[in-house]
Amino acid sequence: MNPVNYLYLAALLFTIGAAGVLIRRNAIVVFMCVELMLNACNLAFVTFSRMHGNLDGQIIAFFTMVVAAAEVVVGLAIIVSLFRSRHSASVDDASLMKL
Amino acid sequence: MSFPLLTATAALPAIGAVATAAVPAARRTAAKWLALAFSLGTLVLAGIALARFEPGGSRYQLTESHAWIKDFGVRYELGVDGIGLALMALTALLIPFVILAGWHDADPLETNSSRWRPTQGFFALILMVEAMVVLSFVATDVFLFYILFEAMLIPMYFLIGGFGDRAHSGSDENAAAQRSYAAVKFLLYNLVGGLIMLAAVIGLYVVAGTFSLSEIAAARADGSLTMATSTERWLFLGFFFAFAVKAPLWPLHTWLPNAMGEATTPVAVLITAVVDKVGTFAMLRFCLQLFPEASKWATPVVLVLALISIIYGALLAVGQRDIKRLIAYASISHFGFIILGIFAMTSQGQSGATLYMVNHGISTAALMLVAGFLITRRGSRLIADYGGVQKVAPVLAGTFLIGGLATLSLPGLAPFVSEFLVLVGAFAAYPAVGIIATTGIVLAAIYVLVLYQRTMTGPVKAEVQGMADLKVRELVVVVPLIALLIFLGVYPKPLTEIVNPAVQHTMSDVQKKDPQPEVEAAK
Amino acid sequence: MENLIALLVAAPLLGAVVLLCGGRRLDRVGHWLGTALAGASFVVAVVLFTDMLGRSADDRALHQKLFSWIPVEGFQADVAFQLDQLSMTFVLLITSVGTLIHIYSIGYMEHDERRRRFFGYLNLFVAAMLILVIADNYLLLYVGWEGVGLASYLLIGFWQHKPSAATAAKKAFLVNRVGDMGLSIAIMLMFTTFGTFAFGPVLEATGETSEGKLTAIGLMLLLAACGKSAQVPLQSWLGDAMEGPTPVSALIHAATMVTAGVYLIVRSGAIFNGAPDAQLVVVVVGAVTLLFGAIVGCAKDDIKKALAGSTMSQIGYMILAAGLGPIGYVFAIMHLVTHGFFKAGLFLGAGSVMHGMNDEVDMRRYGGLRKYMPVTFVTFGLGYLAIIGFPGLSGFFSKDKIIEAAFAKGGTEGWILGAVTLLGAAITAFYMTRVMLMTFFGEKRWQPDAEGHDPHPHESPKSMTIPMIVLAFGSVFAGGFFSIGDRFLHWLEPVTGHSHGDAPVSATTVTAATMVVLVIGVAVAWVMYGRKAVPAVAPRGSLLTRAARRDLLQDDFNHVVLVRGGEHLTRSLVYVDHSLVDGVVNGTAASMGGLSGRLRKLQNGYARTYAVSMFGGTAVLIAATLLMRAV
Repeated sequence: MNPVNYLYLAALLFTIGAAGVLIRRNAIVVFMCVELMLNACNLAFVTFSRMHGNLDGQIIAFFTMVVAAAEVVVGLAIIVSLFRSRHSASVDDASLMKL
Repeated sequence: MSFPLLTATAALPAIGAVATAAVPAARRTAAKWLALAFSLGTLVLAGIALARFEPGGSRYQLTESHAWIKDFGVRYELGVDGIGLALMALTALLIPFVILAGWHDADPLETNSSRWRPTQGFFALILMVEAMVVLSFVATDVFLFYILFEAMLIPMYFLIGGFGDRAHSGSDENAAAQRSYAAVKFLLYNLVGGLIMLAAVIGLYVVAGTFSLSEIAAARADGSLTMATSTERWLFLGFFFAFAVKAPLWPLHTWLPNAMGEATTPVAVLITAVVDKVGTFAMLRFCLQLFPEASKWATPVVLVLALISIIYGALLAVGQRDIKRLIAYASISHFGFIILGIFAMTSQGQSGATLYMVNHGISTAALMLVAGFLITRRGSRLIADYGGVQKVAPVLAGTFLIGGLATLSLPGLAPFVSEFLVLVGAFAAYPAVGIIATTGIVLAAIYVLVLYQRTMTGPVKAEVQGMADLKVRELVVVVPLIALLIFLGVYPKPLTEIVNPAVQHTMSDVQKKDPQPEVEAAK
Repeated sequence: MENLIALLVAAPLLGAVVLLCGGRRLDRVGHWLGTALAGASFVVAVVLFTDMLGRSADDRALHQKLFSWIPVEGFQADVAFQLDQLSMTFVLLITSVGTLIHIYSIGYMEHDERRRRFFGYLNLFVAAMLILVIADNYLLLYVGWEGVGLASYLLIGFWQHKPSAATAAKKAFLVNRVGDMGLSIAIMLMFTTFGTFAFGPVLEATGETSEGKLTAIGLMLLLAACGKSAQVPLQSWLGDAMEGPTPVSALIHAATMVTAGVYLIVRSGAIFNGAPDAQLVVVVVGAVTLLFGAIVGCAKDDIKKALAGSTMSQIGYMILAAGLGPIGYVFAIMHLVTHGFFKAGLFLGAGSVMHGMNDEVDMRRYGGLRKYMPVTFVTFGLGYLAIIGFPGLSGFFSKDKIIEAAFAKGGTEGWILGAVTLLGAAITAFYMTRVMLMTFFGEKRWQPDAEGHDPHPHESPKSMTIPMIVLAFGSVFAGGFFSIGDRFLHWLEPVTGHSHGDAPVSATTVTAATMVVLVIGVAVAWVMYGRKAVPAVAPRGSLLTRAARRDLLQDDFNHVVLVRGGEHLTRSLVYVDHSLVDGVVNGTAASMGGLSGRLRKLQNGYARTYAVSMFGGTAVLIAATLLMRAV
């Protein structure tokens, strides 16, 4: 099977993730979409690793997974505490950075 | 290594500022006396510098030089020529009078607050300004000068914005709003000028590889440093813009009337008599010395702007209703004369311009401080609120008249000498310019005499009735200034002696020779 | 002897300083001190004069350099004095008349609480005037020139509580400043032309430069002279200057300061000799002012203003004579000196009349005063005869010489000038006779003042009458003394030079013609004011009379064009400065503010909006990278 198809899939997943981040309001969904984008990248890295015949891409994919795991820990904690204080998981409610 | 006299002269008021600021809130009077003592000490040091300076000696004297930021070749380099020395002496001379005149201007209105220390702050800021101005007159490193040029804005900003004139019309909030408008305007104008100058300073470093004035001048003289014509012009414009804002030259002048009007009178004197002189001084020292060709290139435009300043400032002074704004516009007119003298590029013009800086400082201080005493008594800055003052307070009126006569350059008083030299210098190089500038003397007579007539003569107004004449403290401020005006008007030789050699150096920097008199040229 | 010259100035200057700074402690002795120091100056002048007479005519000039004033590269101004015959003449006039007027003022200002200050100002004036006439260079002359202007300002406005006095003082200073502008430009021209502005080098080198330069310098000097000597077109201040106390009018605005313009022109004779065009303008200015002042003098009912018009006219004679060149210099100065005596005497007489009449100045409220004030009447009468040129009295000799010199100018010019001077003599006779008749003859016309006090005309105290008597002596005998054996001519000739010109008519004819016009002038005045009673309220009068009462409308012109125009100009400039110059800067600031306000909206705090911009930015970056690759 042509490895390029995997790249198409990765691009598709990334786009879905990006659209989700931009469109959805629920913080959990946004979070999941970010994960989707990260994994789309992973898929692309693995594909490139295969295509070029070296291991760099696969190593980076592992890195990404570790980082993503760390991010999940911190991110979920933030979302939970946000929900506790505001009784809402909508990202638009947290616009405190406005001047 | 000898005693670092110039550093000491600048450091003493700085130490004084810290010491004054540290005085406890309750010991207000002690803070005043402390500030006065430090300013007098500075005056003594400046006097020693005057005595040690040899007019016939090398160009920069009492020099000091230390490495500061080695990576960029920035040095802490000091030295005075006659021009810097004269202005340093002027600054050291005026500050004690400024402090004395502002003795009660920063007393807190409600005495019960124990932690609030405006008085200490006021005098500390004045001393801080003095330290920076003195250092900027003796700095021979462009970067060091730039830093001081900008840094003095900070204490000035607080002096204008934080300590307003208590004689204002309208509500307190309104006055506070106007004051902060004036302070912000002052800061913005000067910051924009400074920013452009910073670009030019960096540009100069890129071209010359050093910030040292003497090294650059030497390199230019022996031909090892050449600048492309356009580079030199751009750098000149960068420097000149900043100095023209500070000076102030038309059309960059509008911050001055606001700042002088809203500030207390001693601060107004500080602005026009001391701080603004840094601008005109820097034109003479940096613009002409670093960029002689570009200076000559820009001369026609600068002369026209100076002429506009002279006439425009005087005409606007005639039309003012506020005493302090009137004096501010008169100063704009006088700064026009100074810039005219500098850019006429004749010995008489430049000597005249330097004397003008000193004399204008003294005469404006005299006029403005007496005006301040008057305003404090009546609580109004409007000319229309006065009338017949000479009947109730003849000494006040008399000193006010002498200050006014000095402002209109009456012969026998110091400003006449400098104004005439500037006019002669301008006339020798550009007759038409000289003649147009001469009309300034008529306009000066109009605004001074109209001011005097409206405030001092005529029937005594009810509000003026019972106005007290000058008190001892006020006489101590005014009398020495007037004595100095008369002395320098009759015998300016001590001043011309130290200024002349410096002017000759500047003239050779720009490679200009005085025009020969027609009769001698024919021989 | 040279060292005495500085003492001339030092004495009154010391008086001014002591009296003005001394405070109230000196109130009781101030006037004596001021008078003594003016007198001391006179004594020094006499000593110097006798010494000068002892030397030969070519060796009379003294020179004293005090110190170097403004030493700047290529520009040397010294404080140095030069006392030659011309300066000596002025020094004697100033110190003698000055001292007399100091004495007069002791009585005149007796009831003024600020008398000490008055004497301080008078001393200041004398010092400045002496600097003016003994300076050895134009810049030091300029110091005296403005110094007398300052003293004049202070003295005209001495009664500052009167708004009219303060305005008149300001006006005098401002108009004079316009003239001063001329003097400073002249000095600058001298500096660029000759490299110096000391009398000696400049006046010797006039031959080495072009006529154009000399004409320019001459015209600028004339502008200065016009301002100080109240010549058309800068004459408007002199009438208003009568607001000052009468001794001031006598000393400053009749005898000394206003004649400084004549001194300047005569002193600069070498420049004018080389510039015939400038001379022509001088003559025209003199001739116009001569008639202008005389016409104004005919219409004024205020005794001091009538005399002021007369002063203007008489100085017109002097300026005219000075413009004639070497034919006229000596006579200009001679008329100046005799005029100094009789005009000062007339003013003091007028002051004496006012003193006795509760400070009334309107001649229509006088009448018949000869019985009440015999001394004033006699001294004033002698001054009157002198000014109209009654044979044998001072004015006869000096004015006659000027008329002769005008004819001697030659050609059509000579005839025109001669006719103008004769016409002036006729009008002089008319208006002075009018003043005399309205004041001292006819029925009494005075009325109670506003508070119901009837004036009690009385003779003035001795301190006032003695100076008047002394001046009357001068008015009677000075002219004859100067003219016998051409004494004055021989005295001044070494300094000013002299030539006779070619008179188309003989001296006898001129004298006869002068007598005829004199009689006509007096007769007309007698018909109008002597034969019938003078109305106590001024009649409407002809158009010319009404215009002359308003100084021939020149003041109205100044007011409309200069004052009003200036006010509008400054007001609109204030507006422009606020809205345009400041507006441009404020506008820039405001548009910056508007722009940043709009940009601020982008920072709305929604994380998703920031994410969009991040995505958008990344997309643009990638697209740009790819595009660059493709290219």
